[in-house]
Amino acid sequence: METEPELLERLRDGDEEAFVMLVDRYQQPMLRLACTMVPSRAVAEEAVQDTWMGVVRGVHRFEGRSSFKTWLFRILVNRARSLGTSEQRYVPVDPGPAVDPGRFDAAGAWAEPVEPWADASDARLDAAAWAPAIKAALDGLPPRQRQVVLLRDVEGLSGSEVSAVLGISLGNQRLLLHRARNRLREAVTAAGGRA
Amino acid sequence: MRVLPRHDLHCQQAVELVTDYLDGALSRRQRRRFEAHVKDCPNCSAYLEQIQAVIAMTGTVHPEDLSPQARDDLTTLYRRWRGDDPG
Repeated sequence: METEPELLERLRDGDEEAFVMLVDRYQQPMLRLACTMVPSRAVAEEAVQDTWMGVVRGVHRFEGRSSFKTWLFRILVNRARSLGTSEQRYVPVDPGPAVDPGRFDAAGAWAEPVEPWADASDARLDAAAWAPAIKAALDGLPPRQRQVVLLRDVEGLSGSEVSAVLGISLGNQRLLLHRARNRLREAVTAAGGRA
Repeated sequence: MRVLPRHDLHCQQAVELVTDYLDGALSRRQRRRFEAHVKDCPNCSAYLEQIQAVIAMTGTVHPEDLSPQARDDLTTLYRRWRGDDPG
């Protein structure tokens, strides 16, 4: 598989095959992220298309100071926001706890024991078997939590890359991520904790 | 340095630190308190393991492959862009 800098070099030379390879790699993750930011699938597709146009036009200016992925998602977030966003950009992130306070007693200890999943080490080995359950739970997350967890845990961006892409502080990025992971954990627990 | 007793941090506080802990965002002192608590607390230790398992599970979620139609549409657009903007 060709490295990204090689593909970008070819794209700068107007190589269509390199463009198609990048599209194959990123189109679906981009659509998924865009869908969390705009009111409809059609608008999300428009944002993604605009983004590719921005990439083709701007690739000469991309200096590789951030990763290509970060640059790409950042363009996408800007396009999606300018296309009429359904997210509340200026609503502050709720600093409250991620885990339901009802789960703890007055001294702050777990009121009920946390049941280990069937076998946490097995669960990790069988992580892929959980993909459908996780996918469904992702769809149920509030948009901002979904954006962060998609970029961090699905796409593998770092915390600082995500805060740059979404234009939020590192701390808020982490708060949203923590809340999202906690909800995914609850979903897996509800599904029985075994694949 | 003084070893802080487990009750220095309670479960409800510990679980809220998990993501900061995994990101390496805790101060050295906070990290020590967190690790001391989890080591002695089977519930928080199970919680931490489950969050780590969730991260692994989420990492296996791959977007569906791109449909040939969608790829063709974009290729057509690309050709048009290149025509419009020969760069």
